[in-house]
Amino acid sequence: MSKKTLFDKVWDSHVVSQIEGGPSVVYIDRHLVHEVTSPQAFAGLDKRGIKVARPKQTFATPDHNVPTIDQHLTIRDVLSRSQVETLTKNCENHGVTLFGLNHPWQGVVHVVGPELGITLPGSTMVCGDSHTSTHGAFGAVAFGIGTSEVEMVLATQCIMQPKPKKMLIEVNGKLGKGVTAKDIILYIISKISASGGTGYFIEFAGSAITSLSMEGRMTLCNMSIEMGARGGMIAPDETTFNYVKGREFAPKGTDWDKAVVYWKTLKTDDGAEFDSVIRYDGGDIEPMITYGTNPGMGCKISDTLPDGSEFADNNKTTFLKALKYMDIEPGSKMLGRKIDYVFLGSCTNGRIEDFRTFASFVKGKKKDKDTIVWLVPGSKQVEKQCIEEGIDKILNEAGFELRQPGCSACLAMNDDKVPEGKYAVATSNRNFEGRQGPGSRTFLASPLTAAAAALTGVITDPRELM
Amino acid sequence: MAIDKFITLESPAIPLPIENVDTDQIIPARFLKATTRDGFGENLFRDWRYDKNNNKISNFVLNNSTYTGKILVGGRNFGSGSSREHAAWAIYDYGFKVVVSSFFADIFKNNSLNNGLLPVQVSEGFLSKIYSAIEANPATKLKIDLENQTITLLSSGESEKFDINPYKRTCLMNGYDDIDYLLNMKDKIEAFEKSKA
Repeated sequence: MSKKTLFDKVWDSHVVSQIEGGPSVVYIDRHLVHEVTSPQAFAGLDKRGIKVARPKQTFATPDHNVPTIDQHLTIRDVLSRSQVETLTKNCENHGVTLFGLNHPWQGVVHVVGPELGITLPGSTMVCGDSHTSTHGAFGAVAFGIGTSEVEMVLATQCIMQPKPKKMLIEVNGKLGKGVTAKDIILYIISKISASGGTGYFIEFAGSAITSLSMEGRMTLCNMSIEMGARGGMIAPDETTFNYVKGREFAPKGTDWDKAVVYWKTLKTDDGAEFDSVIRYDGGDIEPMITYGTNPGMGCKISDTLPDGSEFADNNKTTFLKALKYMDIEPGSKMLGRKIDYVFLGSCTNGRIEDFRTFASFVKGKKKDKDTIVWLVPGSKQVEKQCIEEGIDKILNEAGFELRQPGCSACLAMNDDKVPEGKYAVATSNRNFEGRQGPGSRTFLASPLTAAAAALTGVITDPRELM
Repeated sequence: MAIDKFITLESPAIPLPIENVDTDQIIPARFLKATTRDGFGENLFRDWRYDKNNNKISNFVLNNSTYTGKILVGGRNFGSGSSREHAAWAIYDYGFKVVVSSFFADIFKNNSLNNGLLPVQVSEGFLSKIYSAIEANPATKLKIDLENQTITLLSSGESEKFDINPYKRTCLMNGYDDIDYLLNMKDKIEAFEKSKA
């Protein structure tokens, strides 16, 4: 039998049909839906006069557009409200399970899926959102799709996709103090660029990866798309099984036992081939921060920025254009730079561990008075857990407040917008021009680095305060 | 639901020689609140086209009447970032039928093909030639021939082959819709489900 990678095993076992000279028809086990990329897809079904093919495998929650305060009130923005209401109506019409606003399971779709056990090892998952790659942390083949494809999956529970190439990224060695999963992924993207993974599906492996918690693994896989890869995945292991066990939609009893036996086979065979293999030394990674306008433009927090002379023509133009937008001098340092906002949250870093990390860092200290800080839990369950664990109290004592769950300032579709020209340290995933509001300037970093900036009002090496 | 057929196109092109044009630039998130597919062209490249007072930014290429046409020529890694299909809708709604670049982000490429917007990937060398030709004469036309998978600079006759999945090419040339194709596979999909149960 031919040697297979983890990705091959999951992908191949879901191929319903191979179109001659074309893409594979791949069966989708779980389809996650949110309010922004689904209305046109449901409208397409209505126009065809058909219903959602497998409503029990389809789960919806509003996240992109929701306010993060006063969620019990009507959404003020008329268009946002209309999208959220349209989602509710569509789910009712088609019998799709919805965790609506104020439902105890509502939240950012990629936080909700794993915490409810909807995300399972060895499964295929899609969502009309590029950060669907998050779920690869469980050894699932999970990737983002466009709205026409959302309609396709709603209509048929299958998707047409050419099989991507395979890349192995191995990170071995012990991580230094203050280095988190977010730093690992920002480090990798800074090395291979924002397009270095395009055309590939990535498997992450190595001791620095397997030593991560499930939540850390999710942060890592979440940002696979930021190097252009459709998805990234990690072989499931005991850490995975322990996380999934007992969750609402996870298999139970003998089904569980059977599932685990299968899941244990989901690893890359010795000698299986990848189209590309890259290895990094975990010991070389430090707390990271981005300085430019794509996630590949990142550096170690203590680095001096390039002055541009080392780049070839095109890259130099891109570099200088980005720094001009950011109003940063080439060749300057990141440390000590004044910031105006801090955002903790998103599908990248909006989970309970991120809030624990932030809270334990600021415990007994005081928020910088001039910095506006948005702490946005990834889900109602994360919010509830913050309260149960007393995290909210620690935060309040340090001068912070918890908001309510949603995508929030990651993409600023709701009112959480960073004003023009202002700087934000954000734990989210994109630092594109205007991503956090028109004219906003974003530095991507870990929750630890965000916490350090929230205390000092400037970019600060978190290790100095640990 | 058929998409518009695409066979050949001859048109001048609009140059946008910027790398990593991400979907947040193509259509910023605050314009994603519609529940229909219409009208996104109005906000295509919104924050590059208009300043904060909604005045046109004169040096942005779409505001420069020297450049016209149904072909947009972008820099490397075009369409990176979010999976929002609104980006492809906005480009198409604005009036483009083809986007040329030396490298496309995966999801953007799929979304474009699903909407009758043809992504044409060329070599870096050919991309430079296109930019130079447009710079010399903004009325320079490009010809895209989908059946033969060629892109030609009509001013010089220089041509390059481009890749496209044969299945997708057939869909575009005939205006076929993937979903109809899959709906016809219902029995096969059900058989697959039974085999896994």
